[in-house]
Amino acid sequence: MSITYLEAIREAQAKALADDPRVFIYGQDVGAFGGAFKATKNLAKEFPGRVLDAPISEDAMVGAAVGAAIEGMRPIIEMQFADFSTPGLNQIINQAASLFWRTQVPCPITIRLPSGGTSGGGPFHSQSMEAIYAHYPGLIVMTPATAEDAYSMLLEAVAIDDPVIFCEHKLLYYHCKAERLPTEAMPVGKARIARAGRDLTIVAYSAMVQDSLAAAEELAGEGSEIEVVDLRSIKPLDTDTVVASVARTGRLLCVGEAWPWGGVTAEVIARVATEGFGLLDAPPQRLNSKDTPIPYHPNLWTVHRPTVRSIGAAARNLLRM
Amino acid sequence: MNWPRRREWPKDERRLRRRPIPATMRSMLQTLESQDALQAALSFRERFVQGFRFMVLARLLDDKMASLYRGGKIHGGVFLGRGQEALSVALGLSLKPGDIFAPLIRDGAGRLAFGEPVLDAVRTYLGSVLGPMRGRDGNVHRGYPRRGLLPMISHLGAMISVVNGMLMARRFKKISGDVGAVSIGDGGTSTGAFHEALNQAAVEKLPLVLVVANNQFAYSTPNARQFACQSLVDKAVGYGVTGREVDGTNLEACLITLGQAVADARQGGGPQLVVAELLRLCGHGEHDDAHYIAASLKASPAGRDCLQVAEEFLWRKAWADEEATKHFRQEAAQLVEEAVAKVQREPAPNPYRQNWCALASRHLSERFESCPPVQPL
Repeated sequence: MSITYLEAIREAQAKALADDPRVFIYGQDVGAFGGAFKATKNLAKEFPGRVLDAPISEDAMVGAAVGAAIEGMRPIIEMQFADFSTPGLNQIINQAASLFWRTQVPCPITIRLPSGGTSGGGPFHSQSMEAIYAHYPGLIVMTPATAEDAYSMLLEAVAIDDPVIFCEHKLLYYHCKAERLPTEAMPVGKARIARAGRDLTIVAYSAMVQDSLAAAEELAGEGSEIEVVDLRSIKPLDTDTVVASVARTGRLLCVGEAWPWGGVTAEVIARVATEGFGLLDAPPQRLNSKDTPIPYHPNLWTVHRPTVRSIGAAARNLLRM
Repeated sequence: MNWPRRREWPKDERRLRRRPIPATMRSMLQTLESQDALQAALSFRERFVQGFRFMVLARLLDDKMASLYRGGKIHGGVFLGRGQEALSVALGLSLKPGDIFAPLIRDGAGRLAFGEPVLDAVRTYLGSVLGPMRGRDGNVHRGYPRRGLLPMISHLGAMISVVNGMLMARRFKKISGDVGAVSIGDGGTSTGAFHEALNQAAVEKLPLVLVVANNQFAYSTPNARQFACQSLVDKAVGYGVTGREVDGTNLEACLITLGQAVADARQGGGPQLVVAELLRLCGHGEHDDAHYIAASLKASPAGRDCLQVAEEFLWRKAWADEEATKHFRQEAAQLVEEAVAKVQREPAPNPYRQNWCALASRHLSERFESCPPVQPL
């Protein structure tokens, strides 16, 4: 019996609610309806009074979560789409992220962002917002790429005493599966070698890990051994594992679904350039989506973001440098 | 699970909060159990006198901060509550231990009445490392979230939903009877955060008291460029909450109206919106000479100085004579001078001993400095 990435998120929330009376879930349509993606299916029934529908007020949702956290609760906020976290941005970056630094009172809230593109999602239901949140001090940003990580990292997010932005990828919801729920996990802040190789390192996170693994499989048929590093969390970012991988391969390709300006791929390359410049046999490369809003039509969308094909092409190019 | 129930102030900080109980009432009070009843038993006269004394203290503290600012002793801005003391103190006095208070920038009097020590204001303005914000945040951004006194962020309206969340948490914990009070100004009512949070409180039927000090200007922007409704209290009906209006220059009216609003919220009446008309008797901050406030407005009823109005009321009612109010001033001035003298000898934060980590989970913080630390000057 297998379990999907989406079911893993649902199960993690059920376990958090069952294990800890301080946990509650607050978000639009999360109650009896079970959430826009059914990530809270039946939870309102199983945990009466602890899974609450919110008005369409992202600012007030996050503000209330901060207040509840001050009182010792551990709220989970579901944004219906990552894109809709922008009306709550102020409360996230100014209220939640600054609280501990200013007052020494921890702010243990988890904000779930259904992230990334799906075909037909268009400009306002497809965004990847991790870089914006990672920019602000006081936040932890998780980007699980597997159903196992979705489960264990969400549980860890609830347990952490700081605000956690939990970027769950919508493309992985149904297609990404695990054999069973994990009973143990790597600690947050540790990257994972998703595939070992000696010729080139691809650093990726979230859904791009899966596409990078598929590209690596293709390149294996051409005789190239690609190492794929899954960052798991982008803040904290496990520079040590990335640099150690580059030390083995000498070549770095960093892949992210978000826009190119600044962001995670730029951060990874900056760190490798400052801490491991001498390890590089070729200029580090990065692959992101195009620098436009995310298009609606599948013909445009599949070209807008990195794909198995474009990752493979970028890797071949880098191998020839 | 061990939930923190009541705000606990250190002993010396509790002093200002203690309310005098007249000897004649002592025997009666022993038969009353609840704090509410105790408050009701305090005569209106005593509450008024107490409110006036906090107003005097807040005014003199403000004057001192303004003078330190002009003397170059304060980094950043200084924001006074001049003209808003009656409204603010009435709110502070209406709350009881265990309640939540999210003051705004002109709530010095309400803070004192709620129990904030004079030292906190002085320490935060002067950047003492012993203050509640330890130099990490300044001036009016101060408080103790776990004790129900919230340190505001600068984004207006943002504290309302935080108080909502605290009240929701208490409902989860089956704690009832506590009230959350938030101060805001006329400008703050235009924000999305105000709208979202007041609607949220109404949907959740929370014991929230939202007090709008309509001081006629948001920085320099007059009411006419801020909102188009007849009165801000008209908003109450749209949100499905109780609305009240009060003359913010009149301590008597403020004590009655705020007292009712807080009592109604406490008894399950849902959110209460109170709109007070008054005039800011200073600039937005001490850097602002407020030249844009018309003389006719200053001469209008809203432009009365609430402290003077309250003092004249005391004399007229013979609740205190001139000698007594003079004594209140001397007493307050001494408290302020003592606090400033103490804080000026206290250490400033040391950047080289600072824990530069924004996370409570220290093991998850990253180090970005690759250079060796710069030597202290």
